[in-house]
Amino acid sequence: MIIRIAEEGQYEVPGSLLDELNIIDNKIVDLVAREKEEEYTTELSKLIHMIRSNGKKLDDSELKESDIIVPPDDLTLKEAREIFTGDGLIED
Amino acid sequence: MGLFDRMGTVVKAKMNKLVNRMEDPRETLDYSYEKQLEMLQNVKRGVADVTTSKKRLQLQRSKLQKSIDKLDSQAKDAIKADREDLARMALERKAALNTQVEDLDIQIAQLEKEQEKLVAAEKRLSTKVEMFRTRKETIKARYSSAEAQVKINESVSGIGEEMADVGMAIDRAENKTEEMQARASAIDELLESGTLDDLTSSGDDIDRELAKMHAQTGVDAELAKLKEEVKK
Repeated sequence: MIIRIAEEGQYEVPGSLLDELNIIDNKIVDLVAREKEEEYTTELSKLIHMIRSNGKKLDDSELKESDIIVPPDDLTLKEAREIFTGDGLIED
Repeated sequence: MGLFDRMGTVVKAKMNKLVNRMEDPRETLDYSYEKQLEMLQNVKRGVADVTTSKKRLQLQRSKLQKSIDKLDSQAKDAIKADREDLARMALERKAALNTQVEDLDIQIAQLEKEQEKLVAAEKRLSTKVEMFRTRKETIKARYSSAEAQVKINESVSGIGEEMADVGMAIDRAENKTEEMQARASAIDELLESGTLDDLTSSGDDIDRELAKMHAQTGVDAELAKLKEEVKK
């Protein structure tokens, strides 16, 4: 499974990781809804760390589409909220 | 819907704007390549913009530092002349400027990070573009139309995603830079009019009062120290 961390690059990650990632994803959704900034930041770094440490960075010369795209590691809570409401990541 | 899904949708939407599928697959390849070169130019410009902004903030920082040094020596002179009131005023202004310098340091560090990010993005994209160019020629030369279609779809989507990502990174960097520029301009104006204290106040009334009190303690301590020094 290929995961792209936005603004960073793509990683080849074992498919078995998906369940764990989904759990964090759900937590993040909940934290964004409840405006828990600090916990949101922690979970987002946890998510990205998990991909980095379990994945193998894809070579820059690869031209493959990703299965999953996760936000950049410095995505603010405000930006995350905008992604959910459909005006993110940035206006055109 | 999770953040992954939303993020995927956002990127795919950007990607679709960058990818234009023509009737003749070979044209799709050429069009995509053109867009890639454009995006490479954009990211280069992005790097240049961030660098310029960073330099501007650094310049402002050194201006502030100069003012701080001046206030320091003014405070000393005032003490020597037995004008504690003037010394206190100078030290209060200095405290306000110090807060600004700390803020600027954070912003400069942020821009530094943006700069590194964009430089890395440029490198990544340019490797991919080169790869695409080679593959494009191979596909054109070797494959029948039907086979080419599959290969083209893969390559165009793969690089399209990268372009969308780079495009978003540039936009985000620009947004951040703009915010900092606006703030930098505000500081410049306040510096000129000599009312920088106004800017140091953020938060509500209580925050401001607390901050003022905190600054006051610092000023008192510094004033006492200065007096000791002058006495010697």
